[in-house]
Amino acid sequence: MRPRRVTALLSALLATVLVAGCGGAAADGSEENGRGPITLAQGKDPSGVMPGIVAEWNRQHPDQPVDLIELPESPDMQRQAMVQNAQLKSDAFTVLDLDVVWNAEFAAHRWIDELPAERYNLDEMLPTTVETGMYRGRLYSVPNSSDGALLFYRKDLLDKVGAAPPTTWDELKRICAQVRDIPANADIGCYAGQLEKTEGGTANVAEVINSAGGEIIDDNGQPRVNSPQARSGLGFLVDGFREGLIPREALTFKEEEGRRAFVDGKLLFHRQWPYQWSTLAEDPSMKGKFAVAPLPGRDGPGTSSLGGHNLAVSKFGKNKATARDFIGFATSERQQRQNTLVGSKAPTYTRLYDDPALRQEAPYLPVLRQSILGAEPRPQVVRYPEVTAAIQDTSYAAMTGEISTKEALEELQRRLERLVQQ
Amino acid sequence: MSVEVTGRPPGTDDPESSSAPSTGTRRRRSVKKGTGRLAAILVSPTLIVLGLVVAYPILSALHESLFRARDDLDAQGFVIEGDVFVGARNFTDILFGPEAERFWNAFWNTTFFTVTTVALETVLGVAMALVMHRALRGRAFVRASILVPWAVPTAVSALMWRWIFAPDGIANLALGRQILWSADAVAAKVAVITAEVWKTAPFVGLLVLAGLQLIPQEVHEAARVDGASGWSRFWRITLPLIKPALLVAVLFRMLDALRMFDLPFVLIGQQKDSVETLSMLAWTEATNIQFGPAAAYATIMFAYVALVAFAFVKMLGADVIGDARTSVRRKRSAPAGKEAAR
Repeated sequence: MRPRRVTALLSALLATVLVAGCGGAAADGSEENGRGPITLAQGKDPSGVMPGIVAEWNRQHPDQPVDLIELPESPDMQRQAMVQNAQLKSDAFTVLDLDVVWNAEFAAHRWIDELPAERYNLDEMLPTTVETGMYRGRLYSVPNSSDGALLFYRKDLLDKVGAAPPTTWDELKRICAQVRDIPANADIGCYAGQLEKTEGGTANVAEVINSAGGEIIDDNGQPRVNSPQARSGLGFLVDGFREGLIPREALTFKEEEGRRAFVDGKLLFHRQWPYQWSTLAEDPSMKGKFAVAPLPGRDGPGTSSLGGHNLAVSKFGKNKATARDFIGFATSERQQRQNTLVGSKAPTYTRLYDDPALRQEAPYLPVLRQSILGAEPRPQVVRYPEVTAAIQDTSYAAMTGEISTKEALEELQRRLERLVQQ
Repeated sequence: MSVEVTGRPPGTDDPESSSAPSTGTRRRRSVKKGTGRLAAILVSPTLIVLGLVVAYPILSALHESLFRARDDLDAQGFVIEGDVFVGARNFTDILFGPEAERFWNAFWNTTFFTVTTVALETVLGVAMALVMHRALRGRAFVRASILVPWAVPTAVSALMWRWIFAPDGIANLALGRQILWSADAVAAKVAVITAEVWKTAPFVGLLVLAGLQLIPQEVHEAARVDGASGWSRFWRITLPLIKPALLVAVLFRMLDALRMFDLPFVLIGQQKDSVETLSMLAWTEATNIQFGPAAAYATIMFAYVALVAFAFVKMLGADVIGDARTSVRRKRSAPAGKEAAR
């Protein structure tokens, strides 16, 4: 690509000028070990936790300040900004705040550096979260926060029919039928998640497939989605729409639309990320009306998709020693505790889930821990954007009734085979 | 049509083109030699700028479309860097390969949206122009209110319509039933067409209004004296007289509609088969860092737009470039034409 060559030429020129100007200051060492100002690129942070962490770091390290660069709120736009930065080999971003599903893509393209695993407290973290930072057995990003799905349910209605939260889909259906037998609740929707064609849709579909014992990509990196287990998993959603278990408008639900429906009393069970807890807890009309449980599955507890964010060092950044130090600082147990308290983010440290003070503040932590421990990462593949698009395309067509579940999975298998040739 | 109308006001015909003797042409040629160099010097900055902003991107996109990033992995699992020359394979893959269905779907969507929205916009735009032209009281207010939708950025109006077309939005309330506009195939198309027409009909109206204001009042008065009805006055006088302005408006709208992107993208969402357009495909490939296929999509779209524009200008004689071109052409062909006529 020509622009790349031009940039390379320019940066080579620039480097020559700089080296000449500094009189060989960089001679001792590689920029690998350089210390100095760095930047941290991350999506908009409404909780305002990261600015605090950065400020604290800057107080302690006035000679190596971190500059926080806020990227747009939408994950697609964040990824785009980071990919463009890598394409241009720009040093504008030093530390990248990656969604866990981008790790493989960024590592395989050598856009991020391998990290020294022994420098971070990986042993103290939940193993599933550490796995998200690995690519081919090497560490590329350090977990900073995790995420797993919870089943929010209307506690008041379940109490009315004397039911405990469901652990299987059949139980869920039975409880819903009981609730609907009460005339006041005859029209309530049984279940919904985030089923619109977005990343949330991929997480939801991966969940039902995993919860029925199926898989999308197996441990050897081969697509294995055309299986009876996957069929019964996706069938839970497809049949759910057909039988009226899932309201039809759930096809347009992203996180917020679903939350509104749940608050408006249109849903009995809602699959949602834990962030919904704090908004519901602050809503006076929901007081005492809801609780959380682990996701139900086909024959027992279900499997959540694993979410979260990791910190990585851009290959093209400067002062990487500072960057690696800062990652250690930001992902430390102390900071994650703060993250959970202030930003209601799920920590990756095992110990924090048993912390009494945190539990007081976030009573859902035990359920969340269970969810994250049993969670499966979404496919860890290099061409993730295309893989997630294929999952959304085919499952959405099945849910709208355009094609059958069987056809959808056959088509998905075909498309994945094209995308995952290694 | 009984009234012969051209885009030019009468009396601006180049006198030379109709009556120049052959000696005149010869003389002009010799003059040209002296001024030719000056002309070249004067024009060259423009040409350089055009080359930089038009020719270079087009050629570089064409060049890019012949390559493809390697996407295979080495033994350590790293992507092997570098592009490989694949010739026309990006194009054949798009047109006939596994992604062909997606391409043709987007192609038909683009064409369908262009035809339906431009047709509706033309009718509505002319109606709006007539209203704006007529309105006597509160004329400025009527014009301003009609032009508001055009002033709203497309992405913003798409967001606004997304609220209207939400499952519990105003559209469903008014219709009294629940239509999932962003999920249902036909409904999504209707939503896009509605929002697009709402936004761009004022543009057609604006251009047509400009055309309307050039029509002298006497023409209408004469027709009225002759006893022509309102409809026949519109059909035989107004419409032919605004034809040049209307054609330009329609052409602009067509070229715009053919590269529709932000409206379906924001209003309905990504990867929705029923509204996916060619630009959206190019965008998707580019964000997936498949620059070769993305450039191929963009090139195909460019060729399609160019073809439509060319066909439109040829068939309907829309004089977009203006009088300059026609007079030059007539000057050139005039002597030969006369020879042939004799």
